[in-house]
Amino acid sequence: MSIEVRIPTILRPYTKDQKSVEANGATLSALIADLDAQYAGLGERLLENGALRRFINIYINDEDVRFLGGLEAALKDGDSITILPAVAGGSK
Amino acid sequence: MALTISRAIVDAILEQSRAEYPDECCGVILGPVGADTPVRHKPMINAAHSPTFYEFDPKDLLALYREVDDRDEEIVVIYHSHTETEAFPSRTDIAYAGEPGAHYVLVSTREEIAPSTEFRSYRIVDGVVTEEEVSITD
Repeated sequence: MSIEVRIPTILRPYTKDQKSVEANGATLSALIADLDAQYAGLGERLLENGALRRFINIYINDEDVRFLGGLEAALKDGDSITILPAVAGGSK
Repeated sequence: MALTISRAIVDAILEQSRAEYPDECCGVILGPVGADTPVRHKPMINAAHSPTFYEFDPKDLLALYREVDDRDEEIVVIYHSHTETEAFPSRTDIAYAGEPGAHYVLVSTREEIAPSTEFRSYRIVDGVVTEEEVSITD
Protein backbone atom coordinates (compact mmCIF):
# COMPACT_ATOMS: atom_id res chain seq x y z
CA MET A 1 0.00 0.00 0.00
CA SER A 2 1.32 3.41 -0.90
CA ILE A 3 -0.19 6.80 -0.30
CA GLU A 4 1.15 10.06 -1.68
CA VAL A 5 1.43 12.85 0.87
CA ARG A 6 1.91 16.42 -0.34
CA ILE A 7 3.98 18.46 2.09
CA PRO A 8 3.60 22.25 2.47
CA THR A 9 6.65 24.52 2.25
CA ILE A 10 6.77 25.15 5.98
CA LEU A 11 7.12 21.42 6.76
CA ARG A 12 9.63 20.59 4.02
CA PRO A 13 12.61 21.02 6.34
CA TYR A 14 11.40 17.72 7.86
CA THR A 15 11.24 15.93 4.49
CA LYS A 16 14.60 17.07 3.10
CA ASP A 17 12.74 19.59 0.95
CA GLN A 18 10.64 16.96 -0.80
CA LYS A 19 7.26 18.33 -1.92
CA SER A 20 5.70 14.93 -1.90
CA VAL A 21 6.51 11.74 0.03
CA GLU A 22 5.12 8.20 0.23
CA ALA A 23 3.70 6.70 3.38
CA ASN A 24 1.51 3.83 4.54
CA GLY A 25 -1.36 3.36 6.95
CA ALA A 26 -4.89 2.02 7.04
CA THR A 27 -6.04 5.11 8.89
CA LEU A 28 -4.87 8.70 9.03
CA SER A 29 -3.57 8.05 12.53
CA ALA A 30 -1.41 5.14 11.30
CA LEU A 31 -0.23 7.19 8.33
CA ILE A 32 0.91 10.04 10.57
CA ALA A 33 2.78 7.54 12.76
CA ASP A 34 4.52 6.20 9.65
CA LEU A 35 5.37 9.72 8.48
CA ASP A 36 6.85 10.51 11.87
CA ALA A 37 8.90 7.30 11.79
CA GLN A 38 10.33 8.29 8.40
CA TYR A 39 10.68 12.02 9.11
CA ALA A 40 11.28 12.55 12.81
CA GLY A 41 9.37 15.47 14.28
CA LEU A 42 6.79 15.74 11.52
CA GLY A 43 4.12 14.05 13.63
CA GLU A 44 4.36 16.68 16.30
CA ARG A 45 3.69 19.40 13.75
CA LEU A 46 0.41 17.70 12.83
CA LEU A 47 -0.79 16.55 16.23
CA GLU A 48 -1.21 18.18 19.59
CA ASN A 49 -2.08 16.06 22.64
CA GLY A 50 -3.03 13.24 20.31
CA ALA A 51 -5.49 15.30 18.26
CA LEU A 52 -5.15 17.01 14.90
CA ARG A 53 -3.85 20.53 15.27
CA ARG A 54 -6.56 23.13 14.79
CA PHE A 55 -4.58 25.18 12.27
CA ILE A 56 -3.30 22.39 10.10
CA ASN A 57 -5.65 21.19 7.38
CA ILE A 58 -5.35 17.64 6.07
CA TYR A 59 -7.28 16.48 3.04
CA ILE A 60 -7.84 12.97 1.71
CA ASN A 61 -8.16 13.42 -2.02
CA ASP A 62 -10.35 16.54 -2.05
CA GLU A 63 -12.08 16.16 1.28
CA ASP A 64 -11.19 17.76 4.61
CA VAL A 65 -10.47 14.90 7.06
CA ARG A 66 -12.61 16.62 9.67
CA PHE A 67 -15.59 15.41 7.63
CA LEU A 68 -14.17 11.92 7.19
CA GLY A 69 -13.67 10.90 10.80
CA GLY A 70 -10.49 12.81 11.57
CA LEU A 71 -7.64 10.59 12.73
CA GLU A 72 -9.80 7.49 12.27
CA ALA A 73 -10.44 8.26 8.59
CA ALA A 74 -9.82 5.13 6.50
CA LEU A 75 -7.18 5.17 3.77
CA LYS A 76 -6.73 2.96 0.76
CA ASP A 77 -4.03 2.37 -1.79
CA GLY A 78 -3.81 5.22 -4.25
CA ASP A 79 -5.30 7.87 -1.98
CA SER A 80 -3.63 11.23 -2.05
CA ILE A 81 -3.14 13.29 1.10
CA THR A 82 -2.59 17.04 1.08
CA ILE A 83 -1.38 18.90 4.16
CA LEU A 84 -1.85 22.68 4.23
CA PRO A 85 -1.32 25.15 7.04
CA ALA A 86 -4.44 27.21 7.68
CA VAL A 87 -4.28 30.80 6.52
CA ALA A 88 -5.57 32.56 9.59
CA GLY A 89 -4.85 35.28 12.09
CA GLY A 90 -6.44 38.28 13.65
CA SER A 91 -5.98 41.42 15.61
CA LYS A 92 -6.22 39.82 19.05
CA MET B 1 13.81 43.00 1.18
CA ALA B 2 10.91 44.93 -0.21
CA LEU B 3 7.50 44.48 -1.72
CA THR B 4 6.77 46.11 -5.07
CA ILE B 5 3.06 46.30 -5.83
CA SER B 6 0.77 48.20 -8.18
CA ARG B 7 -1.39 51.11 -7.04
CA ALA B 8 -4.46 49.39 -8.53
CA ILE B 9 -4.06 46.35 -6.27
CA VAL B 10 -3.36 48.46 -3.18
CA ASP B 11 -6.53 50.46 -3.87
CA ALA B 12 -8.58 47.31 -4.43
CA ILE B 13 -7.44 45.86 -1.08
CA LEU B 14 -8.23 49.08 0.80
CA GLU B 15 -11.62 49.17 -0.93
CA GLN B 16 -12.29 45.56 0.13
CA SER B 17 -11.33 46.32 3.73
CA ARG B 18 -13.84 49.18 3.84
CA ALA B 19 -16.57 47.12 2.17
CA GLU B 20 -16.18 44.27 4.65
CA TYR B 21 -15.83 46.50 7.71
CA PRO B 22 -16.30 45.81 10.63
CA ASP B 23 -15.13 42.29 9.76
CA GLU B 24 -11.51 41.67 8.84
CA CYS B 25 -11.05 41.10 5.12
CA CYS B 26 -8.44 38.80 3.62
CA GLY B 27 -7.00 37.51 0.38
CA VAL B 28 -3.91 36.73 -1.63
CA ILE B 29 -1.95 38.11 -4.53
CA LEU B 30 -0.51 35.51 -6.85
CA GLY B 31 2.39 35.68 -9.25
CA PRO B 32 4.56 33.46 -11.45
CA VAL B 33 6.70 30.94 -9.54
CA GLY B 34 10.04 32.40 -8.47
CA ALA B 35 9.42 35.96 -9.66
CA ASP B 36 8.36 37.42 -6.28
CA THR B 37 5.97 39.70 -8.18
CA PRO B 38 2.35 40.08 -7.09
CA VAL B 39 0.17 40.33 -10.20
CA ARG B 40 -3.15 38.52 -9.71
CA HIS B 41 -5.27 39.81 -6.86
CA LYS B 42 -7.67 37.26 -5.40
CA PRO B 43 -9.90 38.36 -2.53
CA MET B 44 -10.86 35.47 -0.23
CA ILE B 45 -13.86 35.01 2.03
CA ASN B 46 -13.16 35.43 5.73
CA ALA B 47 -14.81 32.23 6.95
CA ALA B 48 -14.64 33.53 10.54
CA HIS B 49 -16.75 36.63 9.63
CA SER B 50 -15.21 38.40 12.60
CA PRO B 51 -13.84 41.86 13.42
CA THR B 52 -10.89 40.26 15.27
CA PHE B 53 -10.11 37.08 13.36
CA TYR B 54 -9.77 35.84 9.81
CA GLU B 55 -9.47 32.40 8.34
CA PHE B 56 -9.67 31.03 4.81
CA ASP B 57 -12.30 28.33 4.53
CA PRO B 58 -10.45 24.96 4.36
CA LYS B 59 -12.22 24.08 1.09
CA ASP B 60 -11.32 27.44 -0.46
CA LEU B 61 -7.74 26.95 0.76
CA LEU B 62 -7.36 23.61 -1.03
CA ALA B 63 -8.94 25.03 -4.20
CA LEU B 64 -6.56 27.98 -4.04
CA TYR B 65 -3.45 25.78 -3.78
CA ARG B 66 -4.67 23.55 -6.64
CA GLU B 67 -5.34 26.59 -8.83
CA VAL B 68 -1.95 28.11 -8.04
CA ASP B 69 -0.21 24.81 -8.88
CA ASP B 70 -2.13 24.39 -12.14
CA ARG B 71 -1.19 27.88 -13.28
CA ASP B 72 2.49 27.68 -12.23
CA GLU B 73 1.93 30.46 -9.77
CA GLU B 74 2.78 30.95 -6.15
CA ILE B 75 1.27 32.91 -3.30
CA VAL B 76 3.32 36.09 -3.24
CA VAL B 77 1.25 38.08 -0.76
CA ILE B 78 -1.17 37.05 2.00
CA TYR B 79 -3.08 40.04 3.31
CA HIS B 80 -5.72 40.89 5.87
CA SER B 81 -7.13 43.97 7.50
CA HIS B 82 -7.09 45.14 11.08
CA THR B 83 -10.17 47.26 11.55
CA GLU B 84 -9.45 48.83 14.94
CA THR B 85 -5.74 48.38 15.48
CA GLU B 86 -2.40 49.13 13.89
CA ALA B 87 -1.30 47.32 10.72
CA PHE B 88 1.24 45.24 12.62
CA PRO B 89 1.14 41.45 13.03
CA SER B 90 -0.59 40.34 16.21
CA ARG B 91 0.55 37.37 18.28
CA THR B 92 -2.14 35.35 16.54
CA ASP B 93 -0.91 36.41 13.10
CA ILE B 94 2.62 35.35 14.02
CA ALA B 95 1.56 32.04 15.55
CA TYR B 96 -0.40 31.00 12.44
CA ALA B 97 1.90 32.37 9.76
CA GLY B 98 2.50 29.25 7.68
CA GLU B 99 4.07 30.55 4.46
CA PRO B 100 7.70 31.51 5.08
CA GLY B 101 8.11 32.64 1.45
CA ALA B 102 5.16 35.04 1.41
CA HIS B 103 4.92 38.75 2.10
CA TYR B 104 2.39 39.25 4.88
CA VAL B 105 0.55 42.49 4.21
CA LEU B 106 -1.60 44.18 6.83
CA VAL B 107 -3.84 47.11 6.17
CA SER B 108 -5.57 49.26 8.71
CA THR B 109 -8.54 51.52 8.16
CA ARG B 110 -8.99 52.32 11.85
CA GLU B 111 -10.91 55.44 12.61
CA GLU B 112 -8.26 57.54 14.34
CA ILE B 113 -6.09 57.70 11.22
CA ALA B 114 -8.97 58.29 8.75
CA PRO B 115 -9.06 59.32 5.99
CA SER B 116 -5.51 58.01 5.68
CA THR B 117 -4.79 54.29 5.81
CA GLU B 118 -1.91 51.97 6.52
CA PHE B 119 -0.53 49.40 4.11
CA ARG B 120 2.51 47.58 5.53
CA SER B 121 4.37 44.43 4.62
CA TYR B 122 6.28 41.87 6.68
CA ARG B 123 8.11 38.60 6.48
CA ILE B 124 7.15 36.18 9.23
CA VAL B 125 9.58 33.27 9.53
CA ASP B 126 9.85 30.99 12.58
CA GLY B 127 7.99 33.50 14.71
CA VAL B 128 10.27 36.40 13.75
CA VAL B 129 8.63 39.46 12.15
CA THR B 130 10.66 41.68 9.82
CA GLU B 131 9.01 44.74 8.33
CA GLU B 132 9.98 45.58 4.76
CA GLU B 133 9.58 48.56 2.49
CA VAL B 134 6.55 48.80 0.24
CA SER B 135 7.11 50.35 -3.15
CA ILE B 136 3.90 51.26 -4.97
CA THR B 137 4.04 51.59 -8.74
CA ASP B 138 1.52 53.43 -10.94
